[in-house]
Amino acid sequence: MSFRIASSPHQHNQKTTSQLMLWVVIAALPAIAVQSYLFGYGVLVQLLLAIVTAWASEALVLMLRDKTILPRLKDHSALVTAVLLAVSIPAYAPWWLVVIGTAFAIIMVKQLYGGLGFNLFNPAMAAYVLLLIAFPVQMTQWLPPAALQQHALGPLDAVCAVFNQASCQGLSLEQLRQGVDGMTMATPLDTARTDLMMGLTLPESYQKPLFQGGVGVGWFWLNLAWLAGGLLLLQQRVIQWRIPVSVLGSLALCSLIAWSVNPDTNFSPLFQLFSGATMLAAFFIATDPVSASTTARGRIYYGVLIGVLVFVIRSFGGYPDAFAFAVLLANMAVPLIDYYTRPRTYGHKVVKGR
Amino acid sequence: MMTTALAVLGVLALLFGAILGYAAIRFRVESDPLIEQIDDILPQTQCGQCGYPGCRPYAEAIANGDDINKCPPGGEATVRKLADLMGVEPKPLHEEAQNAVKKVAFIREDECIGCTKCIQACPVDAIVGATRQMHTVIVDECTGCDLCVEPCPVDCIDMIPLIETAERWKWDLQAIPVRMVEAD
Amino acid sequence: MQSLLEQVAAGLLWRFPGGVHPPTRKAELSKKPIASLPLPDKLYIPLRQHIGVAGHCLVHKGDHVMKGQPLTLADNSMSVPVHAPTSGLILAVTEHTSPHPSALPEPCIVLEPDGLDEWREREPMHYPRCSTEQLLERIQQSGIAGMGGAGFPTHLKSAVQQHVELLIINGVECEPYISADDALMQEQADTIVQGIEILCHILEPKAVLIAIEDDKPAAISAMQNACDGRQPWYVRPVPTKYPSGGEKQLIQLLTGREVPAGRRPIDIGMMMFNVGTSFAVAQAVLHDIPLLSRIVTVAGDTLQHPQNVLAPIGTPVSDLLHFCGFQPERPQRVIMGGPMMGFTLPDLSVPIIKTTNCILAPTQQELPAAGEEMDCIRCTACAEACPASLLPQQLLWFSKAKDTEKLDEYNLFDCIECGACAYVCPSEIPLVQYYRVAKAEIREQQREALKAEQAKARFEARQARLEAEKLERQRRNEQLAAERAAKQSASAPDAVAAALARVKSQQQQTPGDLEAIKAERERKKQQARERQAEKTEAPADSVSATDPRQAAITAALARAKAKKQAAATSDSERVQSQQTEPGQTATESVETAAANEASDPRKAAIAAALARAKAKKQAAASASDNGQTEQEQAKPAHTGAAQAAAEPAQTAAASEASDPRKAAIAAAIARAKAKKQTEARPAPEKAGPEEAKSDQTDPASAPDEHIAPTEQPSDPRKAAIAAAVARAKARKRKETELK
Ligand code: SF4
Ligand code: SF4
Ligand code: SF4
Ligand code: SF4
Repeated sequence: MSFRIASSPHQHNQKTTSQLMLWVVIAALPAIAVQSYLFGYGVLVQLLLAIVTAWASEALVLMLRDKTILPRLKDHSALVTAVLLAVSIPAYAPWWLVVIGTAFAIIMVKQLYGGLGFNLFNPAMAAYVLLLIAFPVQMTQWLPPAALQQHALGPLDAVCAVFNQASCQGLSLEQLRQGVDGMTMATPLDTARTDLMMGLTLPESYQKPLFQGGVGVGWFWLNLAWLAGGLLLLQQRVIQWRIPVSVLGSLALCSLIAWSVNPDTNFSPLFQLFSGATMLAAFFIATDPVSASTTARGRIYYGVLIGVLVFVIRSFGGYPDAFAFAVLLANMAVPLIDYYTRPRTYGHKVVKGR
Repeated sequence: MMTTALAVLGVLALLFGAILGYAAIRFRVESDPLIEQIDDILPQTQCGQCGYPGCRPYAEAIANGDDINKCPPGGEATVRKLADLMGVEPKPLHEEAQNAVKKVAFIREDECIGCTKCIQACPVDAIVGATRQMHTVIVDECTGCDLCVEPCPVDCIDMIPLIETAERWKWDLQAIPVRMVEAD
Repeated sequence: MQSLLEQVAAGLLWRFPGGVHPPTRKAELSKKPIASLPLPDKLYIPLRQHIGVAGHCLVHKGDHVMKGQPLTLADNSMSVPVHAPTSGLILAVTEHTSPHPSALPEPCIVLEPDGLDEWREREPMHYPRCSTEQLLERIQQSGIAGMGGAGFPTHLKSAVQQHVELLIINGVECEPYISADDALMQEQADTIVQGIEILCHILEPKAVLIAIEDDKPAAISAMQNACDGRQPWYVRPVPTKYPSGGEKQLIQLLTGREVPAGRRPIDIGMMMFNVGTSFAVAQAVLHDIPLLSRIVTVAGDTLQHPQNVLAPIGTPVSDLLHFCGFQPERPQRVIMGGPMMGFTLPDLSVPIIKTTNCILAPTQQELPAAGEEMDCIRCTACAEACPASLLPQQLLWFSKAKDTEKLDEYNLFDCIECGACAYVCPSEIPLVQYYRVAKAEIREQQREALKAEQAKARFEARQARLEAEKLERQRRNEQLAAERAAKQSASAPDAVAAALARVKSQQQQTPGDLEAIKAERERKKQQARERQAEKTEAPADSVSATDPRQAAITAALARAKAKKQAAATSDSERVQSQQTEPGQTATESVETAAANEASDPRKAAIAAALARAKAKKQAAASASDNGQTEQEQAKPAHTGAAQAAAEPAQTAAASEASDPRKAAIAAAIARAKAKKQTEARPAPEKAGPEEAKSDQTDPASAPDEHIAPTEQPSDPRKAAIAAAVARAKARKRKETELK
């Protein structure tokens, strides 16, 4: 008989990294379904491309770094990165966009920093920002929600569009982007801001078919789906409440104040919360454990920081959505936040170094 | 416009310079002389393996620019600390001396003829005994420097590895011998 | 603002941060009655079972002991005795695998029960009439040490000067499986309460709080009944959460206070005892039953009858497991302690000790072995589980980097090693193991630093002393020189001059000493290496030469010859002039020996030994200095050895054979010589060293054998001179050889 020597504890709650990551993907499914329903099957194509690229580049780097490949692929962290990036990219963006983005996320942002757990920045968001800066045109080619599309697209069209930038019938992406009213469509956030620039007040802008009761058509449902996924993650204890609550809370509060000051030029809290990538970012991106703050109090500050930054960039910045920038900026502040929010250890009076 | 900007910058630079300078004087840390600091890092085994008759002379030598990698008892850790202190690159230790097992001297007492030679050799007075009496090593004081082994005329001093006790155990689970037992 | 006592009386509970909820798996166990283990065949009783120092062993192999008889003597406050759990025979006092994570062997008494279970005399106490000192003495002599796990001697804990406000009795038992205290409370609540009363008598607390986790309703009601309305005693159910049984956590939970870092609970007016401890106290005081046995939870799915067992201290784990129907799988994990903080055993002969509360033999499905360790994803699940509000992921990082300062800054030493962090870590990182290693490392460093400091102090003190001695010597020498100068006209200027020259040369030597020693050490190492290389060859023709006895005979002959030669040239001046040569410590000693009362054979022996050693060293030097062939090497070694053999033989002969001490010295030298001879041989056969050893075992007879063939030289002085001459010759021969 032989004995097994192990260190205590000899018991584990049996929740592993790979399970947590898998839960994130599962929770993203409803939103992915909504997104592909509303914005076309291109999303699924992008998803597929991103996942394949992520796995391939992860395996490549692990091989070069002489690490075991399979166990690390199985932690599903690359999968999560791929999913998050794919859903942030316009559904019919050219295929190389997502490939470049995912490869950058995995190789440069994650593995070059030392692999899972060592990256300073959220890989998906860093890649998103890279793409946004390098390929601004392609990155803003959002199609109108399906309800407003002039030309309906089938699954096959999606593949054609992603690889050829035209549907199988030969309609170019520009044509596809035209809404029912014949106008080229942008996201509601974009549209609203452009309108603001053009001197329209927001209530006037909301008259457009893109908006419905003060929030963007389709985008509202998409955000709801993300919210549902987020609640599932909370319920499964994959994420903790602090970051999403503080992100959404601070964003709502800021916009409420601004909106009550001047509803004509400021987005309403409802619009802020349910347009763009708000829910996606609050529940799925800001909560990325690796690049978020690691103390309980720090996570609240971190979330608030993101919320405020989003509000500021959306209100005053020139980019269509603000979450990627906000998250990256907050990532940079994490070491500082962590340092100043160390919890008080049992039996100690105050934390040293403060 | 330009000139004001330059002027402002200049004033600011001066101001910060003054503040920094003041802070440097005001908050200066009184530090030990270098030799003391080096000596504090050395393991004080006093074994002479560095080529100097003791740790302090070696500390002086380092302060005067000798290599920092000559102390085998200190091992890599000491080299690293010395490199930190001296602001130089850590060098690998001279071969052989890579992290040997800790040892202490042990006198086989029934063979000792009481010649006191070992006492004279011991740099830290860790051996007790008197002329023509049996000698013994105070284990807790022995630095394991090896210097007493050579002078002993009857060769009754051994360097034995320090016995590992539960208190000193370093939680090396791999090293636990698993005894195979037949299942019954 | 209510006072703490009022709040406690009002039934207020606080909470501590973190904690986890592993499945408790206690329900079935705690319903079964406590089983009694039949006496095992052998008991292994470790001398030390508590924190502190072991007492002195009082028994020897073959002694018969009575039940309850102390086996060790607790002669200082840091130790408590161990007792014979039953009557029987002491089989041995030896090293045995210890019930410690390291499984290092520790001294153990092996007791074979005689089955009679005969008690020693017992003297129960009537505690209300006893002084605190008497009670503490009884507690110490009964071997009681904290039974919750740490094993801190109870008498030490109780002997406090500070005022105790709150006495907390810990019946929480938060680790999964363990239900030993639960069972004890159910079956022995009255005795526990008596124990608490005794503790109250000693400590005089303002209130007593008995904390029990709320998943033990039977124990709670049993204790409530036993307390029987005593005031102000409170039986307080606490929510089930791990690790609420930790001393610090329980205090926080019950009172909302924290024990300041580096302090003890008594510093905030609290004192905590385990229910097992108070039971043991009652037994010791009321019935004079020392701590002989304890309740152990034996659990796990590989057992047919998991249950709580009353087992004598020293019972091997295997007996317990087999009693419960052990059916091991392979590889089996056997854990001593609970699943969260216990440690695995490398074999099953490990005994139960006073602090053992659980033996766990789980199946692989039940408690799966940890999976592969992955990278930390900074998910902070660990930080949220940590009851001490540490940041385990940071500690992990710093532990890996061995960053001692940061570890300290992040309060590594406040980690109670509860394992909650590793329990929740999704990357299955054995965090606690990292912390333990880091802690051990830091402790070791602290010890080293302390030692270095002491060594430095000692070194400096020694330097100062040597300096002072040197000055003193110089002064004396000058004085002597002056005196002698006054007597200059006397007839023997030679010797004085020689002595002075010697002294001088010695003084000159000192700075070079270290160099010399270093060179010598190098040479020795070289020699050892060569020897090792040669060993592998081992030619067979040296059998006769390696026989120390034969060598002794040849040596004796050589000596005889040398003596004759010496007699012929018996010129003491020549010897002296040789002695003035620097660097020849051995020579000097010989001179001293000769010049002093030469009638002392002991000195002669020493001189001889020195001379021999020197010869050996020369041989070694010649061996390593130039790459001679083996045969050539053999020659000087042979010569040296032969002479060495000759000298002690002589000395031994000269000495009164009836003087055992002298004989012993002679024997020691002869033995050393024999050993060296065999070593010096370029190719020693196995038989060589063995014979040398057999020689060693019989020191008295050794000299006789050497003496036998030799004549009886009556003058030891002559012998010494002869030795010196022989040595000088040997050296010269070697020198010529070298040239
Ligand atoms: S080698 Fe020996 S004497 Fe030299 S510094 Fe190191 S410990 Fe001291
Ligand atoms: S040197 Fe050897 S023989 Fe001399 S006193 Fe020391 S141990 Fe004894
Ligand atoms: S629980 Fe494990 S993976 Fe998560 S932060 Fe702590 S150590 Fe890292
Ligand atoms: S083992 Fe230490 S770090 Fe981990 S949870 Fe327990 S107290 Fe905290």
